[in-house]
Amino acid sequence: MADLFQSAKDAGFDQAEVYRVSSQSQPIRFEANRLKEATRRDTSGAALRVIKDGKLGLSATTDPAMETDLPARLEELISFGAEASFELPGPSNVPEVDIFDPAVESLAFDAMVETGQTLIDAVREGWPELNCSASVSRGVHSQNLVNTAGLDVGFRQTSYSVGFGGELVRGDDMLSVWEGFAASRMFTDTDWMVESLRRQLEWARNTASTPTGQVPVIFTPRGVSAVLLRPLLGGFNGKSVMTGSSPIGDRIGERVIDERISVFDDPTIDGAIGSRPVDDEGIPSRRMALIDHGVVSNFLYDLQTAGRMNATSTGAAGRGLSTLPGPRTSVLDVAPGETPYDDLFLGIKEGIMVERLLGAGQGNEMGGDFKANVSLGYKIENGKIVGRIKDTMISGNVYDALSKLEAVSDTAEWVYGSLRAPAIRCLGVEVAAAS
Amino acid sequence: MTVRDQMQDALKGHGADFVEIRLEESDSSRIQYRAREIEETGRTSGRGGSVRAAVKGGWGFVSFNDTDDLESRVKLAVEQAHAVGDAKTELAETEPSVADVPPVLVNDPGNISLSDKKDRMDHYNDLIWSTPGIQSSTVIYADNRRRVHYVNSEGTAVDQEFVHVICYIAAIARDGGDVQQAGFSIGSLGDYGLTEGLDDEIRAVGKRAVDLLKAPGIDGGERTVILDPVLAGVFAHEAFGHLSEADHVYESDQLKEIMVLGRQFGQPHLNIVDGGAIPGLRGSMSYDDEGTPTKRSDLIRDGVLVGRLHSRETAAKMGEKPSGNARAISFNHPPIVRMTNTVIEPGDASFEDLFEGVDDGVYVRNWYGGMTEMEMFTFSSGEAYRIRNGRIEEMVRPVKLSGNVFKTLHQIDGIGRDLGMNQGGGCGKAGQSPLPVSNGSPHIRIQNCLVSGA
Repeated sequence: MADLFQSAKDAGFDQAEVYRVSSQSQPIRFEANRLKEATRRDTSGAALRVIKDGKLGLSATTDPAMETDLPARLEELISFGAEASFELPGPSNVPEVDIFDPAVESLAFDAMVETGQTLIDAVREGWPELNCSASVSRGVHSQNLVNTAGLDVGFRQTSYSVGFGGELVRGDDMLSVWEGFAASRMFTDTDWMVESLRRQLEWARNTASTPTGQVPVIFTPRGVSAVLLRPLLGGFNGKSVMTGSSPIGDRIGERVIDERISVFDDPTIDGAIGSRPVDDEGIPSRRMALIDHGVVSNFLYDLQTAGRMNATSTGAAGRGLSTLPGPRTSVLDVAPGETPYDDLFLGIKEGIMVERLLGAGQGNEMGGDFKANVSLGYKIENGKIVGRIKDTMISGNVYDALSKLEAVSDTAEWVYGSLRAPAIRCLGVEVAAAS
Repeated sequence: MTVRDQMQDALKGHGADFVEIRLEESDSSRIQYRAREIEETGRTSGRGGSVRAAVKGGWGFVSFNDTDDLESRVKLAVEQAHAVGDAKTELAETEPSVADVPPVLVNDPGNISLSDKKDRMDHYNDLIWSTPGIQSSTVIYADNRRRVHYVNSEGTAVDQEFVHVICYIAAIARDGGDVQQAGFSIGSLGDYGLTEGLDDEIRAVGKRAVDLLKAPGIDGGERTVILDPVLAGVFAHEAFGHLSEADHVYESDQLKEIMVLGRQFGQPHLNIVDGGAIPGLRGSMSYDDEGTPTKRSDLIRDGVLVGRLHSRETAAKMGEKPSGNARAISFNHPPIVRMTNTVIEPGDASFEDLFEGVDDGVYVRNWYGGMTEMEMFTFSSGEAYRIRNGRIEEMVRPVKLSGNVFKTLHQIDGIGRDLGMNQGGGCGKAGQSPLPVSNGSPHIRIQNCLVSGA
């Protein structure tokens, strides 16, 4: 590691940083109810980021033999680089975040196989016609940053994930159900996943006609994750704010949605996927409100966007190996409300519940608009779920829908391990369906 | 010793039913603008490999960046396959191939200096900003060269090289909380010429972004829609392409029954093909990532399902022929069944024929994306215009469209005689994204298509 950094220093850049990653993951995959494939992926690489005469450049490689070429390459590229608006940070106090579990690192292959097969067998007991697939994976990731300001910081992180689902085919009617969870720590309780799958299958047993127009919509935590959060949070990204293309970039301190909604970006939650002690530029992690009781509180900045906005980095930098860092969310934590989950359904004569979506995010979301096919959703009639809706689309604007909020459930659930959200009931969503 | 010799040496005495090794070198350049400034100029090189082994129907797969000790990687992959397999390995027979395929190069981006590439993109970004009312812009230029060495335990040894060029251009306009964007994405196999002569299109994009702020919305519901070739290509990919991938079908008796060859999926004017052997497109290649020669496969002929896309394993298990559609996005992933170039073949309707008699419909053009889950799919337009009394009228906010494979293909009642290819996209499946593919179609008309509100 010293070699690349040393040669970068010798090359005479004004500032230089070496970002190095190494990871190993071992997923196993089940198909058609049985084990199909065992995989092991080893990945490693290094990226050199430099500033020279106010210009920013990056070059990366996964080929160790190429590393010593990176400084010379950057000499060629740097005059075409972006204007740098920051200086690389020195060392600072780093919080403790628990993201490494030796039990994940040493998890045996046979135990992973048993976990996957047990889930499949359990759900097929009641639904033998279900064609199941599953994946169980463990991984270890390590990364390190050194820079010419004296920073030398890194961490190791484990990850363990379990996901499984099934397909049910009845004539030309197909249903796909799925559940999963991931954490940086080992977990053994997976019974709730079987329960979740059974519940989805049960609720989808009958097909119901979709009520169309503006009807009450309950987004489950997964639904909140799939359709509401991305268009909402796009406006909080420092790049949108910097270019004036965020709808709320000039509304800090103003209330833009219902006061029952608070959203935090929190990379310090122990065990969550996405948690880390420092961001990918070495800035210490902290819990930060993006929306506090409906009020725009903070934007996500990395060093470059913060520099442009005369702000300081909020420790939101994320990066792949081969691209410059940019602002990203880490772990999203949406605060629960006050309505017991079952009461969300009260008083709904006709409405829908949205669990999973197809095509959300493919479109212009910059102003908060959303449009998607409801790949898994249910009809609510007189406060009860009566069956699955199909060939249905929803559309709306997230700022509008979350201003027409009706209720927020009093519990928040983890969705796949990097997001925690309650269920949300709102109006302002247009529902359309094929006849 | 050549790379190929080293790879073949590493296969000796492997102890599995089947083993393959893939090694890759890649080199990518990228210039990216956000708003008025350069955001990033970067160059990345990659190297790595993988070994995949089959034992008794189970697969082991290992991938790595350090390609020095191939024997131990083969050993590990075989061990993993042993730990998984407890039945029978079934792979369709293919004649072993030995080949060294040069890249398709029309205008090699490798011969163009970074400074020239940047000058051109500077000009395009300036053009976007020449439209009054622009709030921001995105311009991305990237090219990628990838050399793949492949050998397997049956004697196949294929080296292939690919050069891809992509360009994405978008303009953003804002009025208070309303933020609108317009853009396009194009790509080519080995042709830097792709980036030439885009001035008019870019001016139109700038104007459209600003005009969208004043464009009305539209209510969701079922409507007559006419798709331009680009969006119709995305439709072909989503509406039928994914369900024709045999890995969805081969392990399910029920799906085999539903997707049975000979079933009518559309009217007799509907013909859909896919094939890596269709030349000069982003999904074109001589051999797939299992070393199987590619071909051109009829999927729907005269409205009837006549074929599907296969890997060697899915072909064997379904008693059909491999089609050369096993593809891996990189050495980090095992090959899975994927599309290549997917095309709805031209029909006989003129552009005017399609619009005639459409009293109230939507003309949808360009694309943001599309997705498929089982029989349902979506595809999202980049532009939308109302059709009244057979005429294209005002622009509306872009809609998203949705369909069901068992209904929507039957509802295509008009197929144009033009043909356009969409080369600006990539496909995602099972964590492998974006895989270079192309798709194309003539203009098509669909009755009663579910359209979102906008």
